Amino acid sequence: MSLSISLTINRQSRTVTLDDPRVTLLDLLREHLYLTGTKKGCDRGQCGACTVLVDGRRINSCLSLAASLDGAEITTIEGLAVGEALHPVQAAFIACDGFQCGYCTPGQIMSAVGLIAEGRAGSDPERIRELMSGNLCRCGAYQGITEAVLEAQKTMTAEKGRDAA
Amino acid sequence: MNRFDFLRPASVAEAVAAAAEPGSAYLAAGTNLLDLMKIGASRPERLIDISRLPGLDRIEWLADGSVRIGAMVRNADLAYDARLAKAFPSVAEALLSGASAQLRNAATVGGNLMQRTRCAYLQDTASACNRRVPGSGCDALYGENRLHAVLGWSENCIAIHPSDFCVPLVALDAVVEVEGADGRREIVVDDLHRLPGATPEKETALAPGELIVGLRLPAAAAAFSANSRYLKLRERTSYAFAVVSAMAALRIEDGTISEARLALGAIAAKPWRVREAEAALLGVTPSVEAFARAAEIALAEARPSGDNAFKIELARRITVRALTLALEGTPAVMPALPASPFSTDPGASHVA
Ligand SMILES: Cc1cc2nc3c(=O)[nH]c(=O)nc-3n(C[C@H](O)[C@H](O)[C@H](O)COP(=O)(O)OP(=O)(O)OC[C@H]3O[C@@H](n4cnc5c(N)ncnc54)[C@H](O)[C@@H]3O)c2cc1C
Ligand code: SF4
Ligand code: FES
Ligand code: FES
Repeated sequence: MSLSISLTINRQSRTVTLDDPRVTLLDLLREHLYLTGTKKGCDRGQCGACTVLVDGRRINSCLSLAASLDGAEITTIEGLAVGEALHPVQAAFIACDGFQCGYCTPGQIMSAVGLIAEGRAGSDPERIRELMSGNLCRCGAYQGITEAVLEAQKTMTAEKGRDAA
Repeated sequence: MNRFDFLRPASVAEAVAAAAEPGSAYLAAGTNLLDLMKIGASRPERLIDISRLPGLDRIEWLADGSVRIGAMVRNADLAYDARLAKAFPSVAEALLSGASAQLRNAATVGGNLMQRTRCAYLQDTASACNRRVPGSGCDALYGENRLHAVLGWSENCIAIHPSDFCVPLVALDAVVEVEGADGRREIVVDDLHRLPGATPEKETALAPGELIVGLRLPAAAAAFSANSRYLKLRERTSYAFAVVSAMAALRIEDGTISEARLALGAIAAKPWRVREAEAALLGVTPSVEAFARAAEIALAEARPSGDNAFKIELARRITVRALTLALEGTPAVMPALPASPFSTDPGASHVA
């Protein structure tokens, strides 16, 4: 049974033919579209390494069936930077030492982008930690991650203010 | 994962008709179903994708003050709905204490209600499990069972229902609207999940192929909005299932309790409402002693199903704590760590 779906991935529309409906969004991205920036940790919703945005919302791509996403807009870590210019969240992770081995980092960054868009944490580190709890880091870079989210949020708010002015 | 046919019905009627075929399963967000399919614990032959069905993603307030929530409303959207969180704060707090931000963004109301137990032996296809293979036995009985049931279990199954959301729902008399081959009917959430008895494989009151289309909370449940809490003990601060949990809600008039609601989570195969304990609080001046008495009544029938006697005492304590915090009043803003007994004032940190 083959199924055809259209997706917008990192602002590019693509038609994808699935010859097997079992493929998850994570496997579609990594194995079929070679967008390997999104990582597979547990494959069971327990680590957050596979976090991407679907229609602007962060979700675990390992527990999402690609076939159910016809028409969706997907943003992965590859879609954040504009040319050489890093996204403010990417820049903040570097500035604040938000990682060590880097394996969890694409998921952390996508989750942080989602969290900032949701706008519910304010500048409260406790709320940021709670709302980032879906992303585990085996290297324990949590301190830097929390600082990076705070920093990025500040930059993005300032940029928005400047654009509005 | 086994092979399956994938169907995308265009309406509720089409979905229900498709599900009449044996071997069918509804796919909402898939955060529970796909997980179980990956490990072979669930093997549906046909997946019926209900995630795009029109009309099931709305939160509607009815004229009488009750609310009707579509089965496809996402857990996060419901929890952050300002009007819902004001009228039924314990529902929002329970939702926000579950899973992670990513999972709540995906998970649906219907999927949360219908999620399976997290029993490791149900998930391990090499183990005996009466729920997965009726009549095969229950390896949890003599296995790793410290988180299993202390109420309502049988020798055939000692699993618990893991949902946080369902705990305030049973306490607040929520009702699900169900559509099946024989038309529409309603089921009180308290009657939705079944105790195992001799047929643990019959996990819910839904007939095969029945679809939950909506959930209703009665207006009367909003009377508790000033004094409601959901509390959840976990083995880590966040992103973990409950060891035990409790929802407590009070109505206080002239210094005495005029109405009480109490339900416990993660201690039985269903969210556990304790009406006897609610009745014992009526007309009483609230005090730690009165709350301790209610907790005694709530756990009177409890007995360990394995290495889990500690859950009984823990459930008593979380009950007293939930009642005490409900009496103090619903917090004006959602705590930074929803439902956590370790959550301090907004802005304060649990990390030294
Ligand atoms: C790592 C992890 C941590 C979690 N932690 C928590 C937690 O702390 N607390 C908590 O409460 N939950 C927790 N969950 C569970 C989560 O809440 C559920 O997975 C989710 O709510 C299921 O919703 P869904 O839409 O993804 O359902 P699906 O996975 O799509 O479906 C689940 C089941 O319900 C059936 N179903 C779905 N919708 C309907 C309907 N409308 N009518 C009839 N049947 C239906 C499906 O056929 C399937 O059997 C956790 C999950 C994960 C993976
Ligand atoms: S406790 Fe229930 S779910 Fe777990 S192995 Fe026994 S029968 Fe299966
Ligand atoms: S790979 Fe998806 S949550 Fe771990
Ligand atoms: S940086 Fe190594 S897992 Fe997070």
